[in-house]
Amino acid sequence: MTKINLSRRGFIKVTGLAGGGLVLGFHWTGCTPVRPAEAAKVVLEPNAYIKILSDGMVTLMSPVPEIGQGIKTAIPMIVAEELDVSWDNVSVEQAPLAPDLYKRQSAGGSQAIRQLWTTVRTAGAAGRRMLMEAAAREWKVPIAELTTSEGVISHEKSGNSIGYGDIATKASDIEVPEEVTLKDPKDFKIIGTSPKNVDVNDIVEGKPLFGMDMKKEGTVIAMITHPPAFGMKPKSVDDSAARAIPGIKDVFTITTFPEDIETRWSGNNAFPELVVVTGESTWNVMKAKKALKIEWETVTPGENTEDHITEMENQISGKMTKPDRIDGDPEAAFKKAAKVIERTYSAPFLPHNTMEPMNFYANVTGDKIEFEGPTQTPQRLRDITAQIMGIPEENITVNILRAGGGFGRRLYGHYGVEAAMISKKINAPVQLIYTREDDMTQGTYRPDYRVRYKAGIDADNNLIALTVSGTGTNGGPVASNRFPAGAIDNYAAKNYRLKSNISTGAWRAPRSNFIAGAEQSFLDEVAEACGKDPMDFRMELFERAKNNPVGEKNDYDPDRFIALLNLIKEKCDWGNEGEGIHRGISAYYCHNSYIAQVIDVEMKDSKPVLKKAWCAVDCGIVISLDGAKNQVEGGIMDGIGHAMYGNITFNEGVIDQQNFDKYRLIRHGEGPETIETHFVDNGIDPTGLGEPAMPPVPGALANALYRATGKRLYHQPYILELGETEIKLG
Amino acid sequence: MTSISLKVNGKAYEIEAEDDIPLLWALRDHVGLVGTKYSCGIAQCGSCTVLVNGVATRSCVMPAKSLGDAEIITIEGLAENGGKSLQEAWVEHDTPQCGYCQAGQIISAAGLLKSNPNPTDDEIDTAMKGNVCRCGSYVRIKAAIKTAIKKGGVIA
Ligand code: FES
Ligand code: FES
Repeated sequence: MTKINLSRRGFIKVTGLAGGGLVLGFHWTGCTPVRPAEAAKVVLEPNAYIKILSDGMVTLMSPVPEIGQGIKTAIPMIVAEELDVSWDNVSVEQAPLAPDLYKRQSAGGSQAIRQLWTTVRTAGAAGRRMLMEAAAREWKVPIAELTTSEGVISHEKSGNSIGYGDIATKASDIEVPEEVTLKDPKDFKIIGTSPKNVDVNDIVEGKPLFGMDMKKEGTVIAMITHPPAFGMKPKSVDDSAARAIPGIKDVFTITTFPEDIETRWSGNNAFPELVVVTGESTWNVMKAKKALKIEWETVTPGENTEDHITEMENQISGKMTKPDRIDGDPEAAFKKAAKVIERTYSAPFLPHNTMEPMNFYANVTGDKIEFEGPTQTPQRLRDITAQIMGIPEENITVNILRAGGGFGRRLYGHYGVEAAMISKKINAPVQLIYTREDDMTQGTYRPDYRVRYKAGIDADNNLIALTVSGTGTNGGPVASNRFPAGAIDNYAAKNYRLKSNISTGAWRAPRSNFIAGAEQSFLDEVAEACGKDPMDFRMELFERAKNNPVGEKNDYDPDRFIALLNLIKEKCDWGNEGEGIHRGISAYYCHNSYIAQVIDVEMKDSKPVLKKAWCAVDCGIVISLDGAKNQVEGGIMDGIGHAMYGNITFNEGVIDQQNFDKYRLIRHGEGPETIETHFVDNGIDPTGLGEPAMPPVPGALANALYRATGKRLYHQPYILELGETEIKLG
Repeated sequence: MTSISLKVNGKAYEIEAEDDIPLLWALRDHVGLVGTKYSCGIAQCGSCTVLVNGVATRSCVMPAKSLGDAEIITIEGLAENGGKSLQEAWVEHDTPQCGYCQAGQIISAAGLLKSNPNPTDDEIDTAMKGNVCRCGSYVRIKAAIKTAIKKGGVIA
């Protein structure tokens, strides 16, 4: 049991509510009263997360944007657990942006569960405590004699019991508790179970949930056209043919990110100047967009894929100067080594390709903006819009809608700013929609990367030295203090960066999404050169980091890695994979969670077929068990698909792949037939799972494919290294 | 602009739209059924799949005016048209992640089961190959299709 002292933390305040309810808001910057959604039925709002209805039903507010990671189910599960209600009596609503009430409303970095864990438990526990106090007062008994279960308070001695809905009306004048007691995890009834995703029924029935689906009265459809190449901007527009299309309202140019404004990262945008078409319906506007005749001018030279590769190769070749981290003397160790292995790994730009393209609703009236749509960071959207448009933040509201995928793409708010500027210009509410082509050629890509590993092995087959130098567009992928730092006497790591006019952004597990696969492929090759089993070899390194770590700042816990490997070893029966099965292993730590994977490949008609993936996860306490498994399965498919097929190439700044006819995504029947996920049960506070399951995948895949085909894979997309000359659609 | 008649989920609609409007945008912008999704617009992802006379069809490239009195079933009308077991199986396996592709996935599965009530694994993969799930829920989609078959499949 954990005691949380509320008054000391000073974040709960009581606010009177018209209608006799009570708001216990979590105030971080001040006091904003909340209004219950349905005043008639809500009898108590102990805080911004909880609404108790007179019939005992509970509405829980979900503060974090839902992008497919299952947070709209998981966060309310935690609140419901501490409030001690039955999950069957809970309904969930998405909260709008309200940073005064909610600590963190961002879907990014797999941090929501980790950073909100104590906050939302406390919210639930505070609500429960207030209801118990009301019952204690009503029955004139000490609160310590009361128990709760599934939304009912009981007093065993007197035999009294009362439902939350009934006592809630009498709790409105109860003081916010000074201290609450959180449950002992062994008493959890909801956390660790597998309720369905709270929107699943609406999804399978095709209910309007997404930004693309919202149709508000009087809304004008808007589309943008950005330059056909990075480094260009519009020079002149001939819109006569576009305007001739029925239903077209207007054609104009906007500058969304003026040059004199230095925006934050979330304002990242390669194309500040855009041509806009507005009209009555989507199809008209799409047609008008095609009918535009635009002349473009070059601002900075267009780049080519080959030049990126050459420049990156130059950066990581040669002697490493001023490493980001150095332990021992790697150069001296390489000279002494019996064997030295040096390998280069690379990967191309990747688009996010959320199935729902970028879109946003904005209605600017005077100095107010009403926003609605899919975003991972509503607050950042508000910040950058306020900055660019000079509208006070408090005048900007953001209604958060379920997003048809995020993967980092919706951390960037440019499309929201665009919608607002268009709305201001035409003086009407606007729904801005990107076509797939707009979306895929806009940039914000996962950077292209290149990394060189070098290992020295002594005569006794011990790894005595390892260096890694990496680079990528707008930043290198190397995390110098992560494993294998700490496990090798002589170690050095260094990041370089390539400047480019192609914009890059966070893409599911930034940097890790590439470096994990490269590192785990390399270690596999080193293990082989040492004549060691790849599992034993990794274990040896973790043992070393545990018992006799090198250096001080090692950004991982070797004990957790060891437990993780032991779990997967046992579950997949390592070493007994059976005839015809070729296995690859990989393990990585990022976003505070630990993941190990084994992929089983079989050769069929001399082609590799993925049979099964095993995954061991240490993300501490698991909140929503089946939801967590779903994330792992998605991460594995994502990792396989992008490592095998994902490829953005460019020529003079023009992106070669503009839609799914030229860009191959993983499809049915191409991933493993089965995925089996196991969780380390260690009771540690939970960490996130939206990203961590993806990064190790390319490593496990490459290692399995090597055993199946005899070919080591170094450069993504792997399909081109496996003998295909081009990426054909699946 | 032209007048186009459509029969969607058993109801007749008369819409005023552009002559070349694809069924997808006729449904979303004119009929007012937004369960059918746009993602690629070029018949490469399956998000926009509807049933036209029982056949899974990419509505983003299907001219609305070519349909005449064909029976169009969208995700909104699937439950009343024999697809309830599929939707229930989707829920049972808690299949969606973001959910955006799932209407198209379910409709494609319905089209498959209408023409082939007992498909093999390979037949499922082939029939579903046109439907991308960016979230990678493929294992669950397949499991859901098999569950639906066990529970009675699609009643045509
Ligand atoms: S939107 Fe029709 S297939 Fe992609
Ligand atoms: S569930 Fe997100 S695209 Fe399929």
